[in-house]
Amino acid sequence: MTSAPSKLYADDVSLLVVTLDTNPFFWTTFPFHFSEFLSQVLAFLNSILLLGQLNQLVVIATGCNSCGYIYDSTSNRNHASTNGTMPALYSNLLHNLEEFLARDQKLTMPHAPVTVPSSLLSGSLSMALCYIQRAFRSGPMHPQPRILCLQGSTDGPEQYVAIMNAIFSAQRSSVPVDSCYIGSNNSAFLQQASYITGGIYYRPPQMDGLFQYLSTVFATDLHSRAFLRLPKSLGVDFRASCFCHKQTIDMGYVCSVCLSIFCEHHDKCSTSLYLARLNQMLPQQTTGKERLHNVSGLITLILSCPSRELICYVS
Amino acid sequence: MNNIAGRPLNGVVVEDDDEDEANGDGLEAWERAYTEDRSWESLQEDESGLLRPIDTTAIHHAQYRRRLRALAATAATARIQKGLIRYMYIVVDLSKAASERDFRPSRMAVIAKQVEAFIREFFDQNPLSHVGLVTTKDGVAQSLTDLGGSPESHIKALMGKLECSGDASLQNALDLVHDNLNQIPSYGHREVLILYSALSTCDPGDLMETIQKCKKSKIRCSVIGLAAEMFICKHLCQETGGTYSVALDESHFKELILEHAPPPPAIAEYATANLIKMGFPQRAAEGSVAICTCHEEAKTGGGYTCPRCKVRVCELPTECRICGLTLISSPHLARSYHHLFPIVPFVEISPSSQNDPSHNFPNICFGCQESLLSHGNKPELSVSCPKCKQQFCLDCDIYIHESLHNCPGCESFRHSKSVTIA
Repeated sequence: MTSAPSKLYADDVSLLVVTLDTNPFFWTTFPFHFSEFLSQVLAFLNSILLLGQLNQLVVIATGCNSCGYIYDSTSNRNHASTNGTMPALYSNLLHNLEEFLARDQKLTMPHAPVTVPSSLLSGSLSMALCYIQRAFRSGPMHPQPRILCLQGSTDGPEQYVAIMNAIFSAQRSSVPVDSCYIGSNNSAFLQQASYITGGIYYRPPQMDGLFQYLSTVFATDLHSRAFLRLPKSLGVDFRASCFCHKQTIDMGYVCSVCLSIFCEHHDKCSTSLYLARLNQMLPQQTTGKERLHNVSGLITLILSCPSRELICYVS
Repeated sequence: MNNIAGRPLNGVVVEDDDEDEANGDGLEAWERAYTEDRSWESLQEDESGLLRPIDTTAIHHAQYRRRLRALAATAATARIQKGLIRYMYIVVDLSKAASERDFRPSRMAVIAKQVEAFIREFFDQNPLSHVGLVTTKDGVAQSLTDLGGSPESHIKALMGKLECSGDASLQNALDLVHDNLNQIPSYGHREVLILYSALSTCDPGDLMETIQKCKKSKIRCSVIGLAAEMFICKHLCQETGGTYSVALDESHFKELILEHAPPPPAIAEYATANLIKMGFPQRAAEGSVAICTCHEEAKTGGGYTCPRCKVRVCELPTECRICGLTLISSPHLARSYHHLFPIVPFVEISPSSQNDPSHNFPNICFGCQESLLSHGNKPELSVSCPKCKQQFCLDCDIYIHESLHNCPGCESFRHSKSVTIA
């Protein structure tokens, strides 16, 4: 990145980092085809670059086993279109996307997962934020960064902490996280992400008009947003889910040491996995007698979980 | 000069009132940069006589790595549980010694500025904690604010009380804090942070007894001195498990005070693990009108409703004024989790090993895609995550450990993740 053109940046120059959900497990179950989705998204991405010649665009693919950069408009490694039938953006992006998908597929575990795995949003958000920090470092005049999550897969509860870390980091550096969620139910993670960072959360009701939604809601730069009536959040679910039943609760008990959340009737869930996690997470001196019903199951769980040392230290 | 010497007290008070205003809104941006940042100090001339900012990235990174290593070392020697729910009293010494001008413009002004920064950072890192302010001057200790969770009220109270006189009293301050901290629930971590300017203490009784009392009540006392090391402070910190340090200059003082912001290691028997009843209020719909209990006025939208008594509050985290339930949101809890799941320090890759053909490094930062080759195509210093073996530039390294608390490499690969989650 040279310093000379950065002098020209105005407040409406955007750096848009798009995270693109490529999770094959989601797209095979979703009625709308990935290629149709992609063609609408590509038109949108192109329009971002056309809106201002200084606009920058970075696309990160969010797979189910890995994440990777697939397009960077400032990179000098973009090769020119070879046959002249497609704009350079499309051919570069599609080329990298194909490579990425092949790589991602190779990483798939041989044994088939029981449930549909979520895509690695935490990884692509982390990478996006690292990239944006680079833009911040590039000098006092830098483009206004924002992140757009094009997400379809359901939330992966195991990514909760990592996604929250990323969201708080984005909030601290005032980077809004917009989310366009195309799945069937609302994503609580993305709702919270957009609420906390001041971005827009929107779930397009009709997939056919995706380009229109994208261009009217998400193409606006941060400066213009103050003058527009953009979709308001319809309330944010801040309730926590208890670690024992994964139930959403509005009142619960929080461990003062490890901050795990429990609903009131945690005694009853001795057979569930989450109880085992609960017991493992709580220091034993308080829980020893009451909740260690399933001792053998607990011991196997503790032995099999390498993260035990990170949680409450059992003194 | 005579004038100042004759009335040292008032002269300083006036000076510091000015400083208060300077910290406020009345200042233009350029003035603020002038008074606070001392921008001229970070300039140097290059060979053609132009002024250039000094390249301090290498120094910063070295400092940061030292800090990180020290942290990792303590974590390795003992797997420590951390006190996440803290009740901390900050004791500010406003004795005559605080008007000394060895810190610019005076010790008191520097303390006030850094305490403000500290309180904000503290609540950012410990959203479930409480802070109270105590001042000591004229041989007595006075409670400035009670334990509370709102940074603004503490800062406002402190800025309104910046006058110094008389002697500091360590015993009175400790007694006051001890009485207040004794009432808090047993799961809270009791802490005192004393910012001590004086070189003496003016006590009504035996200070040693008070120290033993604090030790018995499991109050962790830490002292940051601004003058010179004192035995009694060192003794106090050793007895109660706190840390004692003496600031060399303003930046060092800032560093020392911010060290107290991350949650301290909990001493196992100090705070017992308890289940605390908490409420997770939902954000009300944007258009609804309700009377909030915090400001006692009708407000439209954007409030939270206590799940137990259905009363409206404006901000989280707080304690419900009606039923006393602790109200938090799940992101507040999640904000504290990174203290429990820290990421390991990255390993430095020396430029020589990068040339080694056996290592196949892509020479590009995994996080920000910046080339790790400097202008002469020589590899720059970089780091790599010991878990996922991805390579990062120094800037990303600092950002990842100080702000993001995620390793982008580990987060981007399913198999490395599945190991940590099980």
